Amino acid sequence: MRGVLWRLAGSLPALAAVVVVTFILTRVLPGDTATYFAGPTASAESIAQIRTALGLDRPLPEQFWSYVVALFHGDLGMSLTTGQPVLVDILARLPASAELTLCGLVLAMAVAIPLGIIAAVRQGSLADHACRVIVTAGVSLPVFFTGLLLVYVFYFLLGWSPAPLGRLDAFASAPPTVTGFYLIDAALIGDWETWRSAFAQLVLPAVTLGLFALAPIARITRASMLAVLGAEFIRTARAAGLASRTIILTYALRNALLPVVTTLGMVFSFLLGANVLVEKVFAWPGIGSYAVEALIASDGAPVQGFVLTMAILYVALNLTIDLINRALDPRARQA
Amino acid sequence: MTTVLDVTDFSVEFRTRSGTVKALDRVAFRIGRGETMALVGESGSGKSVTAYALLGLLDAAGRITGGRASLEGVELTTASPAALAAIRGRRAAMIFQNPRAALNPIRPIGQQIADVVRRHAGLSRRDATSRAVEMLREVGIPDPVRRAGAYPFELSGGMCQRVMIAIAVATRPALLIADEPTTGLDVTTQAVVMDIMAKLAGETGMATLLITHDLALAAERSGRIAVMHAGHIVEEAATRALLAAPRHPYTRRLLAATPTAAGDLAELRSIPGNLPDLRRADLPPCRFAARCPQHLEACEAPMVWRDIAPAHRIACWNPA
Ligand SMILES: Nc1ncnc2c1ncn2[C@@H]1O[C@H](COP(=O)(O)OP(=O)(O)OP(=O)(O)O)[C@@H](O)[C@H]1O
Ligand SMILES: [Mg+2]
Repeated sequence: MRGVLWRLAGSLPALAAVVVVTFILTRVLPGDTATYFAGPTASAESIAQIRTALGLDRPLPEQFWSYVVALFHGDLGMSLTTGQPVLVDILARLPASAELTLCGLVLAMAVAIPLGIIAAVRQGSLADHACRVIVTAGVSLPVFFTGLLLVYVFYFLLGWSPAPLGRLDAFASAPPTVTGFYLIDAALIGDWETWRSAFAQLVLPAVTLGLFALAPIARITRASMLAVLGAEFIRTARAAGLASRTIILTYALRNALLPVVTTLGMVFSFLLGANVLVEKVFAWPGIGSYAVEALIASDGAPVQGFVLTMAILYVALNLTIDLINRALDPRARQA
Repeated sequence: MTTVLDVTDFSVEFRTRSGTVKALDRVAFRIGRGETMALVGESGSGKSVTAYALLGLLDAAGRITGGRASLEGVELTTASPAALAAIRGRRAAMIFQNPRAALNPIRPIGQQIADVVRRHAGLSRRDATSRAVEMLREVGIPDPVRRAGAYPFELSGGMCQRVMIAIAVATRPALLIADEPTTGLDVTTQAVVMDIMAKLAGETGMATLLITHDLALAAERSGRIAVMHAGHIVEEAATRALLAAPRHPYTRRLLAATPTAAGDLAELRSIPGNLPDLRRADLPPCRFAARCPQHLEACEAPMVWRDIAPAHRIACWNPA
């Protein structure tokens, strides 16, 4: 437990650095927020007025100070594009991103982990070759490309999937928010119509992300499973005549999962990044597309809010990975 | 004495990219109930391969190419993998050097013992757990109830080897193969570990195949010694007879190189030459010939086993 608290404390400097960097970044980015907002026909006077209203005319350290103070009050500023507090926007959009990313990850795990195991246990088998092909293909296909390709094939050519325009088709309405995950919320009230619609919309972007995550997970599962299967304690288990099921699942797999979990953490953080592109391709109303739109509009506060949210997610993610590792590995609990 | 393990003309080869390794050639020995036989020889002579091949643990490249090996009358060389897996751990068990690495690092030791007894004795989870605690007590681990929940990294090397022994003997096997069980342990711990094995063998009538580099250990702990060189057993006799009057030139070299009989073969430099390359197609009938000071023309004839004294066999045309 103390180790976990230490980890948490250890991530504070990183978070502080992120706050500083995002602040500076949004100030040096090209494009003047005040000019953008005043509109193309505005006079110099009204631009100056807006600048004052936004506090952009004050010295940088002062701006930074008020930014930090506001942060501690949970105030991430206002989005000039949506006219809403950034925090409200992000909280409203976060579940969309989370649902998509988690589905992508779960999908990738469901395929990659069994594939990696079988590839390691039956070397040279069909599964082993499939694993190798997927790993090679996975690293060479950029995520927006797979996204566009899937849309082209399954929407445009085959017409199997709905238009890539968000989380629900035009005729469905969002289920009442409990978790913000449409699949869960719709299931909770038994609204299977909406559930199906949400599911249909989710399939392609989730598969896109899943394909992206598949390769590293399959590769590390295979490699770590192979390493463990060659370990001396597996030889002991075989010499003791344990059933091969027990040897593979209880002895080999549990040990092999340790590096897999660490990799999952990394993959998940890559996915958060890849999300931005995928959300753009599928018009997914998540925080990634929110940030992109804000960036294009030189709207600083949402961008800051986005980067900060990502940083917090990374910290939370690493902490989770740590906790899982502790649960799996008694040696990690010791340290 | 009832024979537990009877090995005859046992040969093993490994197919590798650089050729076929003739790792074992017509190996033969027997071990009786309650008996301890030591298998000694330089590194690479094929001691571990013998053990693995008997238990069906060779890796994919290895193959038994001839001979018989019967354990309590059950033929091992022709047994199906499933039948072998059922024999392993139940009738024949094995312990290894480097006990810490030989145990699952993330599973409590009590669990690891319980896994084996559950598999072979069909005990319920609870019975298996109490059997595990009982076994830990039997191998002299203090506070076994608490220790059953410990992980290998929390135990000393000696304690880990006791756990290995507990795993191996929990099912009361007829044969225990101990592959360098004390290498890497300090001298006191070595003695303790060997005492535990001897005590269990005495109580249960278990036969022991003790594989070791350490002639002193073999001298002290075995009733019989078989000397292995490059995949051949070259001499076999009662321990006392072999130490007093070794007849094969290789055995004599081994003993001469161990002046106090307390040395470690791994450190020997005084046996001239190396083991022959076992991938050669034209291996001589006597694989020691190239290193042998007593080499004769006659040594090119096919090798045969000879009894040169009661229960003292050698494979040599020109013994000392
Ligand atoms: N998987 C394998 N592939 C090819 N050759 C092998 C393999 N395993 C063992 N051998 C060969 O078999 C021979 C005997 O090896 P083995 O491990 O039995 O020696 P050992 O007597 O146990 O030595 P040590 O005292 O070092 O443990 C060696 O020449 C080795 O090269
Ligand atoms: Mg060996």
